[in-house]
Amino acid sequence: MAATKHHIIPIQIYLRVLFALLAFTALTVAVAQMDFGVLNTVIALGIATIKATLVLLFFMHLKYDNKMFLVIFLTGVFFLIVLFLFCEFDLITRLPERSVL
Amino acid sequence: MSTTKVTSPHLPHHFDSIEQAEAASKLGMWLFLCTEVLMFGGLFVAYAIYKNMYPEIFFQGATFLDWKLGSINTVVLLVSSLTMALSIYYTQKAKSKAAIYSLWLTLCCGFIFMGIKYIEYSHKLHLGLAPGHLFSYSAEPTLQGLALYFSFYYCMTGLHGLHVLIGMILIFWVLVRAYKGHFGPSYFLPMECVGLFWHLVDLIWIYLFPILYLVE
Repeated sequence: MAATKHHIIPIQIYLRVLFALLAFTALTVAVAQMDFGVLNTVIALGIATIKATLVLLFFMHLKYDNKMFLVIFLTGVFFLIVLFLFCEFDLITRLPERSVL
Repeated sequence: MSTTKVTSPHLPHHFDSIEQAEAASKLGMWLFLCTEVLMFGGLFVAYAIYKNMYPEIFFQGATFLDWKLGSINTVVLLVSSLTMALSIYYTQKAKSKAAIYSLWLTLCCGFIFMGIKYIEYSHKLHLGLAPGHLFSYSAEPTLQGLALYFSFYYCMTGLHGLHVLIGMILIFWVLVRAYKGHFGPSYFLPMECVGLFWHLVDLIWIYLFPILYLVE
């Protein structure tokens, strides 16, 4: 195997990623001042996820690194979603205390 | 194909090549990051459940937080993530001086973050917005159960702050090794793994900031 294993990401890409992250931060703060009802939380989490993806792909090198690391990380995220969904299913399917069912 | 094994101080004898040794170390690091995601994830899920049950408590709780300080801390952590990535970039380019400066900047950002956290915490504790049964805030108008929000606030930001502190200690360790000249374009694995940890700390704050400071 050749010794050229480390991929060097150009500094311009790092700077552009930081700029995007700062812009999305400003956007989150701006959106939070407006009232979209339930959508506010969805938008805030959506922007956070875009930011997290940028950090993972570029700062943490997942875009260029061994794809196994990406799979491992996504597995963790998957089980977090499982935890969340099962808790929510439990809560929304509960019967009220005084139910006659 | 040659059978002579490459020897290097960075190659443990049970690995065939440096690439394999590094891949194994990074694999371990990513598994550890997974456990971190799941640990914080438990808190996030608990938060989501209680926020759905008592939205007005979380709404009022967030009004005690200063979103400006939260935004500054977000920017500080994002910039520190860049400088951490740059320290690896400069090491790859064999510019050890620039790498050391980047690490110092990262450490400084850590100090700024913890300083702002200290200002926020001391202000809240002064008002009596303390965690758990220490909660003694009683000024009008206060919802019953406001302490719930602050239990989440202290648990989540406290655990995150602990991670920032640990990250700063690790960055200092990498800095000492960088001064000793341990790293170069062919070997910077500890720097990379500490960097991954630091980026994860940033990643968690990316989610903590909107859910704690910007509640609608």
